[in-house]
Amino acid sequence: MISRVVRFVSRGSVQALLVVIGLTWLVPTVGLALSSLRSGANSARSGWWEVFSVPSQLTLANYGKLLDDPRMLEAFWNTVRITVPATVLVVALASLAAYAFAWLRFPGRDGLFLVIVGFLVVPLQVALIPVADLYGKLNLFGRIPGVVLFHVAFGLPFAIFLLRNFFAEIPRELLEAARMDGASEWTIFARVILPLGLPAVASLAIFQFLWVWNDLLVALVFASPESAPLTVAIREQTRQFGSNIDVIGPGAFVSMVVPLVVFFAFQRYFVQGVLAGSVK
Amino acid sequence: MSGRGTATLAAPTRRRGARNGLLAAAFLGPAVLLLGALVAYPIVFTVARSFYDRSGAFVALGNYADMVSSARTLTAIRNTAVWVIVAPSVVTTIGLVFAVLTERVRLATAFKVVMFMPMAISFLAAGVIFRLVYEHDPERGVANAVVTGIIDAAREPGPYSSARPRNTDLLRPDGKAYVTSVPFSPGSTAELGLVGMRPDLLPSDARPAMAPTAPERGIAGVVWLDFSPGGGGRPGLVDPAERGLPEARVEALDGQGAVKATAVTDESGQFRLGELEPGSYRLRLAESSFRQPFGGVRWLGPALVTPAVIGSYVWIWSGFAMVVIAAGLAAIPRDVLEAARVDGASEWQVFRRVTVPLLRPVLIVVFVTLVINVLKVFDLVFVIPPGSVQDDANVVALEMWRVSFGGARDQGLGSALAVLLFLLVVPAMAFNVRRFRREAAV
Repeated sequence: MISRVVRFVSRGSVQALLVVIGLTWLVPTVGLALSSLRSGANSARSGWWEVFSVPSQLTLANYGKLLDDPRMLEAFWNTVRITVPATVLVVALASLAAYAFAWLRFPGRDGLFLVIVGFLVVPLQVALIPVADLYGKLNLFGRIPGVVLFHVAFGLPFAIFLLRNFFAEIPRELLEAARMDGASEWTIFARVILPLGLPAVASLAIFQFLWVWNDLLVALVFASPESAPLTVAIREQTRQFGSNIDVIGPGAFVSMVVPLVVFFAFQRYFVQGVLAGSVK
Repeated sequence: MSGRGTATLAAPTRRRGARNGLLAAAFLGPAVLLLGALVAYPIVFTVARSFYDRSGAFVALGNYADMVSSARTLTAIRNTAVWVIVAPSVVTTIGLVFAVLTERVRLATAFKVVMFMPMAISFLAAGVIFRLVYEHDPERGVANAVVTGIIDAAREPGPYSSARPRNTDLLRPDGKAYVTSVPFSPGSTAELGLVGMRPDLLPSDARPAMAPTAPERGIAGVVWLDFSPGGGGRPGLVDPAERGLPEARVEALDGQGAVKATAVTDESGQFRLGELEPGSYRLRLAESSFRQPFGGVRWLGPALVTPAVIGSYVWIWSGFAMVVIAAGLAAIPRDVLEAARVDGASEWQVFRRVTVPLLRPVLIVVFVTLVINVLKVFDLVFVIPPGSVQDDANVVALEMWRVSFGGARDQGLGSALAVLLFLLVVPAMAFNVRRFRREAAV
């Protein structure tokens, strides 16, 4: 009886502790959201929590200004123009390669796959200088296709690793049956492997999407001012952080909205991807 | 993971092998081409480039010598070391604690979502978020608002923190307190005037000051704001429009500086130090009246900037560690834990002796993943510290960009820094390859 009471109380205090920690974890994001809804003058004078006592400070004016700013709009579209092809290409190239690694027999397969496992952790800094050089020669420097290809290349090792492990788990009988029916490798890939591997493909697509959408460094090096995505445009503003918070706040919040929507909509796949990428 | 994927599909004939080779080339071609051109070749090129200087002349290890002799790169290397030592351990520990706490508790799912959410947003946005959190002014930065609130609650700031004596010959500073330069003996009066405060900021209960009358015993006096709003006041004298300063502590010191009596002023600023032996005493206005409110921690100053930026990293990645460790926790057989409990082990012993050892492989994977990630930290260090402290917060990944693309344009030194980063992940690479081979062999 007593131990039950103790357990009840301790469970209650754990709950309370988790609520406190959870709220603490939310404070920074709430702070940015509320700051983005206050005028620059108010932000310079007092903290965002003042809106709880003076709710009339809340205004959408900053967002209105942001939508009227052609550079920010252009940057937003650049982000889309970079992220969508980089995601589609990685999914396409990696699923083809993963199929070959999982189900085709060819010389050097295991060695090549180990190289890809090795590439998983290569810091992209190691490629910046040579690729900038290469892009200069190929007339890709400063252009969106260059940014996209770099993201695809550095997304591929994780993508191939994730998909190959998943594809290899598909029961062999399914493939054999298809082969008996005279299906080509392409048909097997498109009709058997891809549909069954869809959860892994979804995880991968979400990861790649978030990774590219959120990137700053690659775009900073390879994009010109005309092809720069939102992250680079916001970073430009942070040089005068104090005086630009009415631009930076809503800009940063807009850049967060798309990833957060993706996160909440596909949470399950996101968690699966994290687990597959690290534990397995 | 099973070895099913590595098994052969059918007995290969020579023709079939050749056909498979072509097929594999078709499936793998685009990926291998991109990996070769944009990952493999650049690694080789960067290593080679690191032996040439900015203008392309061969300097052997010259860039590496510069790297370990320049103060700027040394700071970057030292900070990266701090990051690698601190951040992964803190994040893994927090993840473990949260994973254990959320086990079989209501609200656990909501908690995990909240913790995991920062993983979805960009480092840039997180940087902007924490730049706001770490604002120095406690009126604007939430971190300092909290710290200041706690410290001021523990050590209340004095009501007269901005005040100073009108007559600096009479009252001299003694630390944050003020001591009279002339002695007073029992039966006399002291008029201690202060200035430097706005009259509208006086305590609401302050009443007009009154000049003290000489007492029979002890010392009487007044502490007041020696300033008449609108002018016309006489310095050093209590004028009708001037108000007393209540709640100020006055102490009588003997020749050795020992406190012999204390008193607190009333609403009209009057105090009375009774029961004093005959003799001469100096009067001290105690420090507590003048204590400054806490001005806030300089999170983004040179001394604290790296821990502060690491704090933002912990905020982002703790959810990742928690979710992965929680998955490992769920895989531990319940009966093992129950058996330990039945044997009389306390919850702490179960955690320490059963749970943690069984989680070891997962903890190592989380830790290694974080180490690799920490080495590449760029955006947070780029965005959170103000320009003036960027050199103090610098890390290798950021310095590599600054040197190669951010103005200096020294791609020799930049390549050397990239090679350093690459060498630092080689152990993790070996760890991954070995782990994979072991799993594939099962």
